[in-house]
Amino acid sequence: MPDNQNNKREANNQIESMGEGLLTLGQTIRSFIEFIGESTAASWECLCHPKKIRKRDLLISLNSCGADGFPITLLICLAMGVILGYQGALQMHKFGADRFLPMVVGCTIVRELGPMMVAIVATGRCGSAFAAEIATMKLSEELDALKTMGIRPVRYIFVPKLFAMLLMLPLLTVAGDMVGMFGGYMIGNLECGLTADVYLRLTREGVRIGYFFEGIIKSFVYAVLITQVGCWCGMQTGKDAIAVGRSTTSAVVFGILAVIISDSVMAKIIADLSQL
Amino acid sequence: MKTNTVQPPEVSPIVVKDLTVGYGERIILQNLNFEIKKGQIVTLLGGSGCGKSTLLKHIIGLYPPMQGEILIQGRSIVTANETEKREIMSCFGVAYQGGALFRALSVAENIALPMEEMGHFTKDEIKERVEQKLALMHLEGFGNFMPSDLSGGMIKRVAFARALALDPALLFFDEPSAGLDPLTSDMLDDVILEIREKTGATIVMVTHELPSIFKVSDRVLMLSRDEKSIVDDGSPQWLRDHSEIPFVRAFLSRNKNN
Ligand SMILES: Nc1ncnc2c1ncn2[C@@H]1O[C@H](COP(=O)(O)OP(=O)(O)OP(=O)(O)O)[C@@H](O)[C@H]1O
Ligand SMILES: [Mg+2]
Repeated sequence: MPDNQNNKREANNQIESMGEGLLTLGQTIRSFIEFIGESTAASWECLCHPKKIRKRDLLISLNSCGADGFPITLLICLAMGVILGYQGALQMHKFGADRFLPMVVGCTIVRELGPMMVAIVATGRCGSAFAAEIATMKLSEELDALKTMGIRPVRYIFVPKLFAMLLMLPLLTVAGDMVGMFGGYMIGNLECGLTADVYLRLTREGVRIGYFFEGIIKSFVYAVLITQVGCWCGMQTGKDAIAVGRSTTSAVVFGILAVIISDSVMAKIIADLSQL
Repeated sequence: MKTNTVQPPEVSPIVVKDLTVGYGERIILQNLNFEIKKGQIVTLLGGSGCGKSTLLKHIIGLYPPMQGEILIQGRSIVTANETEKREIMSCFGVAYQGGALFRALSVAENIALPMEEMGHFTKDEIKERVEQKLALMHLEGFGNFMPSDLSGGMIKRVAFARALALDPALLFFDEPSAGLDPLTSDMLDDVILEIREKTGATIVMVTHELPSIFKVSDRVLMLSRDEKSIVDDGSPQWLRDHSEIPFVRAFLSRNKNN
């Protein structure tokens, strides 16, 4: 009999903790949605009154998201182009389809991998930095201080970062695309003997300008997602230093997740639209 | 024509009714009732971790209370919407326990921020006022320093100067003199008294510095962690000599045998 009761109690506990888990999940999702609303409103307000954006914060963010990230982003894109070119050349050479290498490399990079790689690097660099900065501000009561000065933290912190990312991520993507295709050319030249003229011509024939804009549009979406996830994770932090580390980690994990999921959604939408 | 000589009773700047505060499910302080009159300097006193900072943060509307009502100059900060809250907060000056200076901004920019955001000052006026506040805190020449280049005591003084930036009607200080040398701490007390004299500001502060309490406070609210409430209320001298609670007398005379 007591055994039976124990079992019952255990079952009840499990149900309870499941319910609690669901509740927390619900609250988290709710607070994220609230944050999206609030940040969108603040961004819109600042777009209508650009004077409300603090110039220096914007410059600092532009520098840290853009200029500082340039070398590493380009390096990764170059390596990606080389890898792609090499694997492509290996397979295509078997069928004597070397001529298609520029198109395959170009399309993959410009439409998918370029924007995505740039976004993933940006998540690691900027998303985590946003989270860490905001989390420390929360710990040191700076967010409270902003509120009592009548400044909504979202406007003061989020908006300059968002605008910086919206400007820099597409730029980085353009540069990453170029460098990635150059990586492909290096392989095309070395392995398949394609000259620069030929490679360029074949790329132009194979890669439509629309593909390029497809990637740029994606990078705008990624910029919004990375900033939102990063800042939100920072705001959700707890009261100690470990919590700051945790919120940085979740900024990166959820940032990359958001980038990849949104990419698949956008790929489908774009494919549907181009059929019209 | 007869003039009406009956003055309307002045609204107390801070009225707290049946307030219960806490985090999540955990109650820190409960059933608080008190009223702070205009121009009063009130000290929240109590052992470490009893909820002084928590109470202060709830009064200034940073967290919603679990229960109860807080009226700031007659207006509820609990039920206020975003715009109303901003309006109510515009008469606040707050110095946080850790300073809470913005690390990306210099000392002068930190002090100027509330004026830029809330006030209607020209650039020159802001500059002049910043200089004036720096001088008040004996921080001349440090305007261009970044917070990371300051000592702990200096950070406190900058935070204090920033709280005074708008000459607010309500001032909240969380341990303003912790970590200051006795002379600087005394200087801070003089500044507090001077502000009250000049602007008639109402001041709520948290401090453990006994000399400072006896010098500036009109009234002490004694909080207790065990009772989760206010256990005594009165002038510091009176509480030290006549409080019915031994713990309060001991606290204020720094003598556990009292
Ligand atoms: N943000 C928070 N979330 C959860 N609990 C908190 C939070 N801030 C404080 N607490 C808890 O509330 C209690 C009161 O904290 P509070 O900071 O108000 O104390 P205090 O009286 O100001 O102490 P001290 O004199 O050391 O500054 C503490 O036990 C603390 O653990
Ligand atoms: Mg405290």
